[in-house]
Amino acid sequence: MLLQALRSFFYTRQYLEVDTPLRLPVIIPESHIQPFVSEECFLQTSPELCMKLLLAEGNSKIFQICHCFRKEEHGGLHQGEFTMLEWYQAGWNYYDLMGECEELLCELVQLFQNWSGVSTATNILRQGKTISLKPPWQKMTVTEAFQQFGGVSAFQAMEEDCFDEILVEKIEPNLGWDCPLFLYDYPAQLASLARKKTDNPTLAERFELYIAGIELANGFSELIDAEEQADRFAEEISMIKKANGYKVSMPDVLLRSLGKMTETAGIALGVDRLLMLLSGRASIEEVVSFTADDFNVERSLQ
Amino acid sequence: MFSASDLRKGLKIQLEGEPYIVTEFQFSKPGKGQALYRTKMRNMISGNQFTQTYRSNDKFEKADLEERTMQFLYSQDDDFHFMDTTSYEQIFLTREQLGDNINFLIDNMEVQVLFFDGTRPIDVSMPMFVNLEVTIADPWVKGDTSGSDTKPVTVETGYVLQVPPFVEAGDKIQIDTRSGEYMTRVKE
Repeated sequence: MLLQALRSFFYTRQYLEVDTPLRLPVIIPESHIQPFVSEECFLQTSPELCMKLLLAEGNSKIFQICHCFRKEEHGGLHQGEFTMLEWYQAGWNYYDLMGECEELLCELVQLFQNWSGVSTATNILRQGKTISLKPPWQKMTVTEAFQQFGGVSAFQAMEEDCFDEILVEKIEPNLGWDCPLFLYDYPAQLASLARKKTDNPTLAERFELYIAGIELANGFSELIDAEEQADRFAEEISMIKKANGYKVSMPDVLLRSLGKMTETAGIALGVDRLLMLLSGRASIEEVVSFTADDFNVERSLQ
Repeated sequence: MFSASDLRKGLKIQLEGEPYIVTEFQFSKPGKGQALYRTKMRNMISGNQFTQTYRSNDKFEKADLEERTMQFLYSQDDDFHFMDTTSYEQIFLTREQLGDNINFLIDNMEVQVLFFDGTRPIDVSMPMFVNLEVTIADPWVKGDTSGSDTKPVTVETGYVLQVPPFVEAGDKIQIDTRSGEYMTRVKE
């Protein structure tokens, strides 16, 4: 039902649904995302590479619902295989996407108001708290969030290599309880595929959508300067080399196509997490059709 | 060696020479960020708890723990002496280490003693049920209509518990060592 509703939302808005390969000989180098290797290929960690190639060929509004695979991710909000909704629109920036997130969520909640995670046509219910989806939603920059909840500036946290710890422990649990919240303008090092802000190049035009402390979607104004993208991939590649000891290759095919792309904004949304929120479940394990344990016959007999 | 991705509830690891058990565990990973392993642990000797967030490249040593079957011999002051049933080696644990288990310990009883580092006894696990003799009990008055379903009795270890009114001094009763509650009267 949710998949149907998502597709209908994008069809109505004249997006083209695309279907790209899951197994690829090359992937986008991202230092903290580990791909599964499948013979001489990788299983995709996101559909970003192929979708950008399609944008470069002149498609201007595309979306895809597909499975993605990431190694060593397992928890209440993580599974090694999960469902991603990713969409792009040429001519847009990240603010336009925030607006479309609001429209999408409002439409879904309206449709599924009898589901356990939804209390009325405009509210999400989570852990006894009511979260109003009436737009506009709250926006908070990463700098403001660190000031308000982190006890240290975002810059200092980057310097001291504790950005992720503070974000996860002190900031995220507070985000998106009155209404959904967009956390935006990330340090550029944490957004290697996003355009840097023209008035402050230490920051990039990236945002994350939070509802009830849960990170639901990540969007940005896409970086389309091939030269700058090559430099920033080189940084990621050297970080991967340093952390894991192996060399990842430069996704030349993407760099060659970037020049043909126009200004575009793109976003990825975790469909399992969305379903978990709307159905009022505690973890994504409860909403996916099967987990690895379901195939363990000995265990399921117990 | 364990790495952070092996962490899960119940895992026993060694930190700064002391054994710890993971009591709570949560995986998190912010978008474009690194994997974080938020872990709550309890020191298996002192009982102290602490919370720490680890990264995927953190490594841990396995706690060197071993269980041996031992027989309870006697207690002297606050020390409770046990003997290994195969090697006849003797050790003792303190009243504090044994906690509520002393309520169920009688001479010659066999228990599992947990050793850390091969030599340091740190805990005992009792049999699930023990049979103990009732030493003090109010007599059962047949036709008692006071409406009370239970009465307190004292067993041979000095432990006091609630039992049904028909239990009398000299009876043996079975007790659940986890809850400390009466299970049934045992006929011998």
